[in-house]
Amino acid sequence: MSTRLAPSRLHAGDVLRVGGIGLRTRRLRAALSALGIAIGIAAMVGVLGLSESSKADLLDQLDRLGTNLLTVAPGQTLGGEDSSLPEKAEAMIGRIGPVQEVASVGTVDATVRRSPFIPEDETGGLAVRPATTNLLPTLGGTVRDGKFLDAATERHPTAVLGSVAAQRLGVTEVDGRRQVWIGDEWFTVIGILDPVQLAAGLDRSVMIGYPVAIQELGAERNASTVYVRSATDQVAAVRGVLGRTANPEDPEEVEVSQPSDALVARAAATSAFTSLFLGLGAVALLVGGVGIANVMVISVLERRSEIGLRRALGATRTHVAVQFLSESLLLSAIGGAGGVLLGAAVTAAYAAARGWQIVLPTAGLAGGLAAALLIGAIAGLYPAMRAARLAPTEALRSV
Amino acid sequence: MTTASATTRPEPVLELQGVRKAYPGPVEVLRGVELTIQTGELLGIVGPSGSGKSTLLHIMGTLEQPTSGTVRIEGHDVTALGDKELSALRSRSIGFVFQQFFLLDGMTAVDNVANGVLYTGTSNARRRALAAEALDRVGLGHRLGHVPASLSGGERQRVAIARALLGRPAIVLADEPTGNLDSHSSAEIVALLHELHAAGATIAVVTHDHEVAAELPRRVQVRDGLVERDVRVGSPAGARA
Repeated sequence: MSTRLAPSRLHAGDVLRVGGIGLRTRRLRAALSALGIAIGIAAMVGVLGLSESSKADLLDQLDRLGTNLLTVAPGQTLGGEDSSLPEKAEAMIGRIGPVQEVASVGTVDATVRRSPFIPEDETGGLAVRPATTNLLPTLGGTVRDGKFLDAATERHPTAVLGSVAAQRLGVTEVDGRRQVWIGDEWFTVIGILDPVQLAAGLDRSVMIGYPVAIQELGAERNASTVYVRSATDQVAAVRGVLGRTANPEDPEEVEVSQPSDALVARAAATSAFTSLFLGLGAVALLVGGVGIANVMVISVLERRSEIGLRRALGATRTHVAVQFLSESLLLSAIGGAGGVLLGAAVTAAYAAARGWQIVLPTAGLAGGLAAALLIGAIAGLYPAMRAARLAPTEALRSV
Repeated sequence: MTTASATTRPEPVLELQGVRKAYPGPVEVLRGVELTIQTGELLGIVGPSGSGKSTLLHIMGTLEQPTSGTVRIEGHDVTALGDKELSALRSRSIGFVFQQFFLLDGMTAVDNVANGVLYTGTSNARRRALAAEALDRVGLGHRLGHVPASLSGGERQRVAIARALLGRPAIVLADEPTGNLDSHSSAEIVALLHELHAAGATIAVVTHDHEVAAELPRRVQVRDGLVERDVRVGSPAGARA
């Protein structure tokens, strides 16, 4: 009667059920070892999420501000003295084909104070700068209150304050009555700016019109900085000819720069830090994996009699290995899922607090879960093999 | 295997021929055991501790392989089988009852019993239905949802017996089933074994308790690794020296 033996079988659903027994009966231990994985995964997901969010914010800023702004400033003469731009520089630059807009600020030998009773040398680090009326749209800046200089106000003693300057001068709103003391005269505040991303120096400046600066304060019409917007695909070409155009006699005395470069550099720097923190997260994950391996080894030792029983009930070595491997995988999956949620929550909270848009990289989330499962598989492999190798009688004798 | 005897005897459930078991070192626990168990038998394997009866039970249950000799279970030569086939045999043909019960703490009585056919590929719902029936048969129909910790020793052993019988195995091997029980529970378990035997189960009980053994219809006495006596009560034809 050599009937063929029907092989032992364990359904996929039963694998999960059996794998979950150890977790259900030792909940605290399971929770703590899953926590180890969760922290590692949360760190990695959080780092990825935050760097993506901050990068998205920077790129968003770049988009908004544009990468087609160039600044032209006087450099130094061959002798090492400060140079200046010719009066006609702006007009010349405006004639370059792809240039769309030209604005400038100049210099004036005057200080700004709240009132004439404040000593002249207490400038608070603020500068007074004559500015063209199209400065703000050229820079992509915005007015927080009031308005910028226009063809009418640039001829009268009126002033627009940069964001820091407004703070230092104690001006919080534009009511048409508030005045500041510039040179020897009261200037009425007509506008306060938001921070200007592409020309941070303007935040500490008080802007007045060129005509009034020349008439009342004796300023020159020479620009100290010229801002140039050009067609985006022609920026490099424009940059190449700006020096010669601005100062045909001494083109080497002109400094040309692209302010958006700073933002690009910041985005790159964020990426560099991301790798570092990602590495730290990986170390935390590894430690979590070691924790799981440790717990699984202990579990196998404690559950020798269960292993013996299962072998007596007809479990093959493979079934026993699969049980402990699936327990380890369940543990790491729980930890991984918790970590992904935690990391996403941290990202969302931090990004919201910084006013960034919340970017959760799906690749990062899926990768986090996959990494947790991989760690779980590796951590469970040795204990599972050990459990499978245990001889049934040895396992049953151990009680 | 075919028996060429004149009387058509049924195929034995379990057959040991010249079974020897030696462990590393000069210890030979079994020294040529001959034993045949027919379907429907209830027998006790008795002997002092150290006589080799536990090793014998492990070999009968395929948990251990003999050093030499043959073991046949339902005609399958166990010594020729690998881990997969042995596991298959254990999952369907052999039920175990242990002195320490070996119930899983985190599971209810019904789930513990259901484990009896876990590795046969039976669905969970079907396992639980079978288990509830089996618990009812051993008189624990009212304890289905209890965890082992809330059951008495006797009740736990009845759960373990229900588990062993769940897959209707060809033979149930019980290793000192009353060893951890008081005399009252012990008597109940013995009565249950008799009851199950009457219903058709084949059961081999390893015990050093002579009171338990005395009530069994066949007694196999083991001493120093050999079968010393094999006595059938109320069936003189089967009695052998």
